[in-house]
Amino acid sequence: MSTPTLEKNVAISGIGQSEVTRGTARWPIDLTIDACLEAIADAGLTRADIDGVATWPGPGAESAGFSPVSAAQLQDAMRLRVGWYNGTGETSGQLGAMFNAVGAIASGMANHVVVFRTVYEAQARANSTFANAMARSDQRVELPHAWYAPYWSLAAATQQALYFARYLHESKGTQEQVAQIALNGRRNAALNPKAVFQTPMTMDDYLNSRWISTPLHLFDCDVPCDGSTAIVLSRRDLAVDLPNPIIRVEAVGSALKDRNNWAQIENLATQSTPSPAAMLWNRTDLKPSDVDVAELYDGFSFHSLAWLESFGFCERFEAPAFVEGGDRIALDGEIPINTSGGQLSAGRLHGYGQVHEACLQLWGRGGARQVPNDPRVAVTSTAGGPLAGCIMLVRE
Amino acid sequence: MSSRRPLPVLTTNTREFWTGGAHGDLLIYRCQACGHYIHPATHFCPSCESRDVAPEAVSGRATIASFTVNHQQWEPELEVPYVMALVELEEQADVRLVTNIVNCRIEDVYIDMPVSVLFEQNDDVWVPLFQPRQAP
Repeated sequence: MSTPTLEKNVAISGIGQSEVTRGTARWPIDLTIDACLEAIADAGLTRADIDGVATWPGPGAESAGFSPVSAAQLQDAMRLRVGWYNGTGETSGQLGAMFNAVGAIASGMANHVVVFRTVYEAQARANSTFANAMARSDQRVELPHAWYAPYWSLAAATQQALYFARYLHESKGTQEQVAQIALNGRRNAALNPKAVFQTPMTMDDYLNSRWISTPLHLFDCDVPCDGSTAIVLSRRDLAVDLPNPIIRVEAVGSALKDRNNWAQIENLATQSTPSPAAMLWNRTDLKPSDVDVAELYDGFSFHSLAWLESFGFCERFEAPAFVEGGDRIALDGEIPINTSGGQLSAGRLHGYGQVHEACLQLWGRGGARQVPNDPRVAVTSTAGGPLAGCIMLVRE
Repeated sequence: MSSRRPLPVLTTNTREFWTGGAHGDLLIYRCQACGHYIHPATHFCPSCESRDVAPEAVSGRATIASFTVNHQQWEPELEVPYVMALVELEEQADVRLVTNIVNCRIEDVYIDMPVSVLFEQNDDVWVPLFQPRQAP
């Protein structure tokens, strides 16, 4: 008996995004409402139609800028009357909020769910040295960072660099090859009026940028920003009557077949990207060659390399050679990636910038950065240690 | 690294790990039925499902699985650069510890390097660190 793939009964009906800045005067809840109102209007719905709300990671995150608005806050602020709601970090990475919403819709708990992700990391950093810190030396550290913090692993870059050093050891990639992820992002960001960094970047700029934690240069690390993104997920049969062409959730990849522990995941070089990608491909008849655009997670540049491989756009450990020169991943390339500039240049909207951009591309609303030839199939992903997830979207 | 090392909250399942160094021991939980090491600690063996698990001292010998040289000064007093690493225990490679590599020039650290444990006391915590096995 074949596995049911009920995510195909769910569609993205609308998208919205607040201003994206490196230091806003506005409150996080207001940025969130901006994004949600825009998404609801884009879907051709009203506030009263929204009967579900979800976010990641919800309350309790370690730093103020990382998760400034919970599902409960948004639900209350907008007086949403819901059949279902959810805000948790213990799920398949940022996209876990989408997977949960898909499940709620497919099982009939809600018809139209607004999923949002708000970040306030630029403003939080301006106000506190410790805004993005995983630990500080004047406080005892709780699990899970307690395993890392005593070793001066005070931020994600140092912790994540351990995976990337292993990746380079196994792939034999070069700095010049890895640089193409950052250079491609900046090239695309120049065509995105909302990108926080739009000035051109050269190979020399990249190579001369300072080390953060080897093998991470400054330009391998995404850019903290303030902004909110919202996605409206709807029952597909209801979305048929809404203004936007249907973007069907073709397949989800929510699996975690590694240990759920940052230091103990089985394969350091790939992190936990292989199992969600394998799950996604098991839930669709489409193949990697059918994908028109890929918005790959780029919290750090190396995440995108791992996803190119795990999605099957190239063989394992061949991504550095695959991206060499940058042509294959450019807007008019074999598989355009990170078309908005990604988190490295457009801003760290933390997975949801990628979802938003995938929809823009599938609806032909990409403006100067529109991928040619009417793209219909997109994939997007998030990763970082055991927090991997991916999703395939098809415009009907 | 002159600023104060951030210290962990000691919990029921981490206390032995962080305090074994008081007696010179790196304590890792081990299944008393089949010998499998279990880290982080729990009284369940994922290999044979025995509930008979207890802390044991390991050799302290390990191999560097990966490392990074941190250059970013995350705190004002933090002395950089320094090496953070993941090491795999000689007894069982899938037990990995986060650590710093010390008593070694940064440029001499490499993946697969053999290292051994030493402890640095900070209050009630004996932080396991690793150094080259043939340390000077």
